[in-house]
Amino acid sequence: MAEPLLEVRDLSVAYRTDAGDVVAVDRVSFEMARGEFLAVVGESGCGKSTLLYAITQLLSPPAEIAGGEVRFGGRNLVTLDGEELRRLRWRGYSIVMQSAMNALNPTLSVEAQFGDAMRAHGPAGDEEVRARSEAVLKLVGIDPVHRRSYPHQLSGGMRQRAMIAMALLFDPDLVVMDEPTSALDVVAQRSLMRQIKDLQERLGFAVLFVTHDMSLVSHYSDRLLVMYAGQVAEIAPTRVCFDTPLHPYSQGLFGGFPSIHGPRLPLVGIPGSPPDLLTPPSGCRFHPRCAQVMAHCPVVSPDLITVGDTEVRCLLYAPNQGRPEGAAIAAARPAAAPVEVVT
Amino acid sequence: MTAGALEAPLLRTEGLTRHFRLGGLLSRRMLHAVDDVDLEIRQREVVALVGESGSGKSTVARLLARLYRPTRGRILFHGEPVDRLRSRAASLGYHGQVAMVFQDPYSSLNPAFRVSHGVTRALRLHRPELSPDERQHEAERLFTIVGLTPAAATLRRFPYELSGGQRQRVGFAEALASKPSLILADEPVSMLDVSIRAGILNLMTELRDREGVSMLFITHDIASARYVADRIVVMYGGHVVESGPSEAVVAHPRHPYAQLLMASVPDPRTPPADLVGGAVGDPPKVIDPIEGCRFVGRCPVAIEICSRVTPRLRELGPGHSAACHVAVADS
Amino acid sequence: MAVPAVTAEALPAPTAAGATRRLWTSILRNRKATAGLVLLGLIVFVAAFPALIAPGDPHAAIYGQQEGPSAAHLLGTTQVGEDVFTQLIWGTRVTLIITVVVGLLATVIAVAIGVTAAYIGGAADQALSLFTDVFLIIPSLPLLIILSAYLQGSGTVAIIFALTVTGWAFGARQLRAQGLAMRTLEFLEAARARGERQTWIVAMEILPNMLSLIVASFLGSAVYTVAAAAGLQYLGLGNSGDITWGTMLHFAQQNAAIESGNIAWALAPGAAVALLGTSFALLNYAFDEITNPALRAVRKRRGRAAA
Repeated sequence: MAEPLLEVRDLSVAYRTDAGDVVAVDRVSFEMARGEFLAVVGESGCGKSTLLYAITQLLSPPAEIAGGEVRFGGRNLVTLDGEELRRLRWRGYSIVMQSAMNALNPTLSVEAQFGDAMRAHGPAGDEEVRARSEAVLKLVGIDPVHRRSYPHQLSGGMRQRAMIAMALLFDPDLVVMDEPTSALDVVAQRSLMRQIKDLQERLGFAVLFVTHDMSLVSHYSDRLLVMYAGQVAEIAPTRVCFDTPLHPYSQGLFGGFPSIHGPRLPLVGIPGSPPDLLTPPSGCRFHPRCAQVMAHCPVVSPDLITVGDTEVRCLLYAPNQGRPEGAAIAAARPAAAPVEVVT
Repeated sequence: MTAGALEAPLLRTEGLTRHFRLGGLLSRRMLHAVDDVDLEIRQREVVALVGESGSGKSTVARLLARLYRPTRGRILFHGEPVDRLRSRAASLGYHGQVAMVFQDPYSSLNPAFRVSHGVTRALRLHRPELSPDERQHEAERLFTIVGLTPAAATLRRFPYELSGGQRQRVGFAEALASKPSLILADEPVSMLDVSIRAGILNLMTELRDREGVSMLFITHDIASARYVADRIVVMYGGHVVESGPSEAVVAHPRHPYAQLLMASVPDPRTPPADLVGGAVGDPPKVIDPIEGCRFVGRCPVAIEICSRVTPRLRELGPGHSAACHVAVADS
Repeated sequence: MAVPAVTAEALPAPTAAGATRRLWTSILRNRKATAGLVLLGLIVFVAAFPALIAPGDPHAAIYGQQEGPSAAHLLGTTQVGEDVFTQLIWGTRVTLIITVVVGLLATVIAVAIGVTAAYIGGAADQALSLFTDVFLIIPSLPLLIILSAYLQGSGTVAIIFALTVTGWAFGARQLRAQGLAMRTLEFLEAARARGERQTWIVAMEILPNMLSLIVASFLGSAVYTVAAAAGLQYLGLGNSGDITWGTMLHFAQQNAAIESGNIAWALAPGAAVALLGTSFALLNYAFDEITNPALRAVRKRRGRAAA
């Protein structure tokens, strides 16, 4: 693959508490190519939001990065000093938060906030701010007349799109999004996803999209990263992941979605709850809830194992340790093809 | 499959309306949260009430639970108008028959007490004939029905010791304590993780089948509605716009809003269809609204009459009606 | 691939029993709480057993007049020859009683009015809030003076009455605010949907959750009362026959204690008032910290090696 845009290597995040360290993100590694749409999915407590904050260097105490690197454009963000990091922010990568009402300043007009962001990175005259504001608003499908509006005057969907417009002010290479559609209804969500994909195709930026709703991203993302208990459970091209999930957790997760098309199949969830990360289960973290647990799963912590296009953290597919079915699946998959991303 | 299609419905509303005054006591602005809703729930039936936030569905639930009084219209339970229930005994009886489960598992249980608190109170209020031993027994039985085992040990826990899914089950146990004929479930799974939802959704169908309880399942998630419900009622801007058997409404929606809704639901197995129109638009005007269909601003097929006359529900297929001037009946 | 059909969910491992034991441990771990408790404990002990510490009659005017501190009289004597130290010790009881009684009464009224206003809402809330605001705005000292003068001769009772009347409004405001915040909590709606009566809901569902604010309100009232009571008595509005720290201050001032060489007489009661106030204030801060972990001081931990 060409030089990756973002490389996360062995990143770990710990929350320092009186009772001990809670490792919310445990040695997560992955790469993103230019223009790629990577969705990070998982349920509450899996660490996906913490991972996002760690990558964008927005963690605050008691959380701190406990190890690993985040290489963006060849530089390690973890070790950059304040000024260099500030210059990279918004130009190299930008962030869209979950709730626009919380992230937008209610006392400033949209244009004023765009102006703020622009002036933080260099002088920008009023005319320049106006022109750029109109340009990005048009990009996201908002009538430019709204640049003078205040956040509360815009509908929920429009506010989210205004957030995205703000994220695009400097034409960044990477836009990180934290559940940007969760406050919207189904119709607005659909519309916003369509818009994001459209913009991505036009401007060519990469998207790191964190969500708990995997059906939402199923038709838009190139690859899917499933997180469980602070670790990467599975990472694969989206269609491969949905059609043939390998990790028992992913299987349980994708099987839990009722469909509105096709026959009404019985839904089975996953018994139990996510583990307490202060004292995570020994060996494989999913073993207490796993229907396919083997004798050595509580003892051995699996690494990510490559099975065709998928990397999965599960002993089922470990050569010599896994089950016959797992080995068969591993043998049947073609060797991993380099992920081609069309920019 | 739904039993008792010929029997009188368990609960029926006629022109149910609820307005809220905005601003101070002297303001004239009224929010029309629910307008002219005719709803029917039969025995042993799960009806899903579907709509976006602000559509009025939660207000309908609270009206049915008698947490709000209707501005106009009536609620008929077993054929009897509910507003005639004035005495404490009659009112309490109704609350026992129509129970409610709430959305937020993190605020629906009183954190100061053990989780047995709600169930015990419900038993005391609605089944006072039980002795303390019988109450304990019954509480354990209810917890077992909803899947919280070991029951006796779980009863002694505090809410903070239980997960979201477990707390919602406690909510169902509390609702079942009074032996209700109808449970109003207000978005019971919206705040739960996907892998936990299946358990609660399955619990709801079990309660209908094994305990014979009807349910009004309020949700914005169409897929869950289809999975659980016998019938689906779609609301928009305070009005009911479509109502019918789940499969029919999901596969062949008649109202343009329902069509938009069904087409917008993300489904990993099916690529998204192109939306015809109506996706982007202003939210419905529910503050001092004027006559006419409330979807008219976004509707791709609106005709002249739509801005003048509020459409009423018309039957377009067996048990399947829509409130639309343009929607055609099955041939 | 067999997936077990489940509706039951496994329970998390049982947590340690004993909320009381946990509370006790958090109190002991918090330095402010320990200090406040120790201080208050000492003062309560002195109030309960004054004879153990200062045997002798505080009213006995048998010693030399207006003497400075000495071995025989740790804090000197008053202008009529009473031992100041004995007076200080014996005066603790009345002071403490006034503080606790006013604290309790003011808190009870604050709860009744504040929580009712929040829960009932509407016009009743507007009326009760107006009533509360009036009492907040009335300047307390003039009101106290007028009330005390009106209730002349009743001394301690008058002070208790006057301080309660001027002290409840602040707590009522806070409790109303918290009551309003609780309105959106669904377990209250659940109680109504169950068919519970309104009064039962307020007493049994709301109040147990406001316990921390109620205790904080009591402690805050206590701090206010300690100083205000002493202030009133200093001005001579108390029962001058009683011996309390405030009346001691009054007489010390009347007799120009500082100029005549017995500074201890003027300072000791004041210091005692400050100590009692401090103990309640410490307990108040500590209580806040224990119940709201976000307020605890962040202690820098030595970084552990990364996993």
